[in-house]
Amino acid sequence: MAYVAIADRDHEIEHHDPQTFITKYIWSQDHKVIAIQYGITAIFVGLVALGLSVMMRLQLGFPDSFSFITPESYYQFVTMHGMIMVIYLLTALFLGGFGNYLIPLMCGSRDMVFPYMNMLSFWVYLLSVMILLASFFVPGGATGAGWTLYPPQAIAAGTPGIDLGIILMLVSLAVFIVAFTMGGLNYVTTVLQARCRGMTLMRLPLSVWGIFMATILGLLAFPALLVSAIMMLLDKTIETSFFMPAMISAGDQLAHTGGSPILFQHLFWFFGHPEVYIVALPAFGIVSDLLATHARKNIFGYRMMVWAILAIGGLSFVVWAHHMYVSGMNPYFGFFFATTTLIIAVPTALKVYNWVLTLWQGNIHLRVPMLFAIGFIFTFIHGGLTGIFLGNVVVDLPLSDTYFVVAHFHMVMGVSPILVVFGAIYHWFPKITGRMYNETIGRWHFWLTFLGTYSIYLPMHYLGFLGVPRRYFAMGNTDFMPESAHDLNAAITVSAIIVALTQLLFFYNVIVSLRSGKKAGPNPWGATTLEWQTPDTPPKHGNWGHDLPEVHRWAYDYSVPGQEQDFTPQTVPASEVPVGREHGVKH
Amino acid sequence: MTITLVFLAAIMATVIGWLLKQTFNMQPWVSNAADDAVSGASLDANAKTIGLTTFLAVATSLFALFISAYTIRMRMANDWVPLTDPQLLWLNSGLLVLSSVFYHWARNAAVGGRDGQVKIALTLAGTFALLFLGGQYAAWLGLHGSGQYVTSNPANAFFYLLTALHGLHLLGGIWVWARSMVRVWSGASAESVRLSVELCTVYWHYLLLVWIVLFGLLLST
Repeated sequence: MAYVAIADRDHEIEHHDPQTFITKYIWSQDHKVIAIQYGITAIFVGLVALGLSVMMRLQLGFPDSFSFITPESYYQFVTMHGMIMVIYLLTALFLGGFGNYLIPLMCGSRDMVFPYMNMLSFWVYLLSVMILLASFFVPGGATGAGWTLYPPQAIAAGTPGIDLGIILMLVSLAVFIVAFTMGGLNYVTTVLQARCRGMTLMRLPLSVWGIFMATILGLLAFPALLVSAIMMLLDKTIETSFFMPAMISAGDQLAHTGGSPILFQHLFWFFGHPEVYIVALPAFGIVSDLLATHARKNIFGYRMMVWAILAIGGLSFVVWAHHMYVSGMNPYFGFFFATTTLIIAVPTALKVYNWVLTLWQGNIHLRVPMLFAIGFIFTFIHGGLTGIFLGNVVVDLPLSDTYFVVAHFHMVMGVSPILVVFGAIYHWFPKITGRMYNETIGRWHFWLTFLGTYSIYLPMHYLGFLGVPRRYFAMGNTDFMPESAHDLNAAITVSAIIVALTQLLFFYNVIVSLRSGKKAGPNPWGATTLEWQTPDTPPKHGNWGHDLPEVHRWAYDYSVPGQEQDFTPQTVPASEVPVGREHGVKH
Repeated sequence: MTITLVFLAAIMATVIGWLLKQTFNMQPWVSNAADDAVSGASLDANAKTIGLTTFLAVATSLFALFISAYTIRMRMANDWVPLTDPQLLWLNSGLLVLSSVFYHWARNAAVGGRDGQVKIALTLAGTFALLFLGGQYAAWLGLHGSGQYVTSNPANAFFYLLTALHGLHLLGGIWVWARSMVRVWSGASAESVRLSVELCTVYWHYLLLVWIVLFGLLLST
């Protein structure tokens, strides 16, 4: 064992008690405040992206009805929606938001190990968001190159935002990566070195495992995006030819020669595919904890769940070219990447089975976080299965660039992680704010969101089979699209508007509950993990009062037979309450 | 992408292998007095060392990706004209080696608590690093003067890009070096800068290694 016995490591944590309003809430080094800052910024920018998606849907559902949506602005909406959702909302919220809040609390530490750098991470992230949003207001507007920013069209005439728009996008991405790296170094180091006594790696809740592995993926994969952003920035600004081939534009020979757009695609997807798991792994971890807590049952196959996270993390680096089947590649490459893509389904399926088996014979409480967690299982299985279709070269080729792909990735990495985000917010809301949310509004929020998103994306699969292409501003009158497909598009738009408006329920619930929600108490769900055992709710600066907690058991001792309570916190010694299996818990 | 894949395979194998070792025979659902006693730190190192090691992995990923891009772009089209590497780079490499050697001396002196030596060694290490950066800039000017512009050819573009990237990393190190310098020259003991100097030494050696790889790549292509 590589664990180190150090008598008292508390002195290693820098003390940075806030003195004033500004150091407490603005230039704060407290991981909880930084988490909330990350969360609010990410959700705000996510709302912008949600608004953009409604605009896109208005155009697609009712073409030619809205004069303010031009082909140019449509492409800008598509691009900014995708980029914001994937990077500035989901990555930032899961790692910067939940990672910041949960890692120190779940590991039993007072804060992140580098609090100052953690604070910088947020402010640099905010800067990247501001640069990104600024691109809407520069001459020519934001880039409309699609979130993949493929050259040559990303910087070639004819694409919206090829002046300042694309430059601001690339600069913003580079700044975001700096912010993420500062945060990521903190998350990894804190998990490795700042856990409390007794917290072995295998006693960590799966939320921490998911966030930890996602951070490692991010640290290794984001450089690929940085490399492509830097090189494209040079291609754009000083006319190098890393990615730009020789081109004639509007009759003029451009200065570029011989650059390789395929090279960009490799670099982009080398980041882009792990990015899917940077978003998915924290969701996997968090949903495991929600299911176990609200089913009052230990997570089924904890070790398998941890190893599956590791396996998915490792494999996610060798599947990237399945995004490039139609770019043309050696058939053996296609075979290799199809095979690795199918292999990654094995640990993923294992996790799904374990979630379902955790529910089996559980004492299921259908509270709002649990509804979202179960909803996630549905949408994730759905999106995962269509991924197996698209992972195969022969199936992917006809479906590529159709709405089937849009349906697939929205189910698997749009709706699914967002359901977990909502589940997690409802789950930890009582700890973060000290108050309960309104259960009834929460249920309405869940059902409208869950059924609403299904009615958006399920029909898109059908549109994809028909061959309806994605990214088109207007379909026009084409033979392969029956009238019913146009009606379907209109119906999807109506659903999208309903789902978007439904989110107002969430914000109403949060705001009203913040002001007048019932007092929550320290542990309203009867959860075992450390964050629910803090002396104060919400936890104060330093989290644990005078003494750090000590851990004596894993995070999943729910419903241990013979015990009065159906949960045993991690801090309870085995001498007081026996640990699960020793007492005959079925596993 | 082979280079990046090899690097990543190595790093992922290390991380996942280590994590598996930590988790393989564990049965977290049974009570275990040995587990109750662990401090919670996984490695016998302080947090800053772990932070630096993680950062070096990130930086290696960045350089490996650039090298991959370099080798791929080189073969992609017929427009690659190998650059005649400036002879000055040999001198610069020597300066960087000296800088690394002096940093190592500073480290040894800091560990041994020899305050006077730390001052001299640190000053020399930084000076040679700055000379290296000056030399790199001179190499740029030389190339530029001879008509080898950044846009003339992809080989040129990569030369300027890779040297700039390496230089920027070194500049980051010089910021930390400057802070140590201010402290030792204002009378702080060797002990108070020991950790910073030790970590900087690792970083300097790392950047020397990166430079050797980059220089080798530039020479061989």
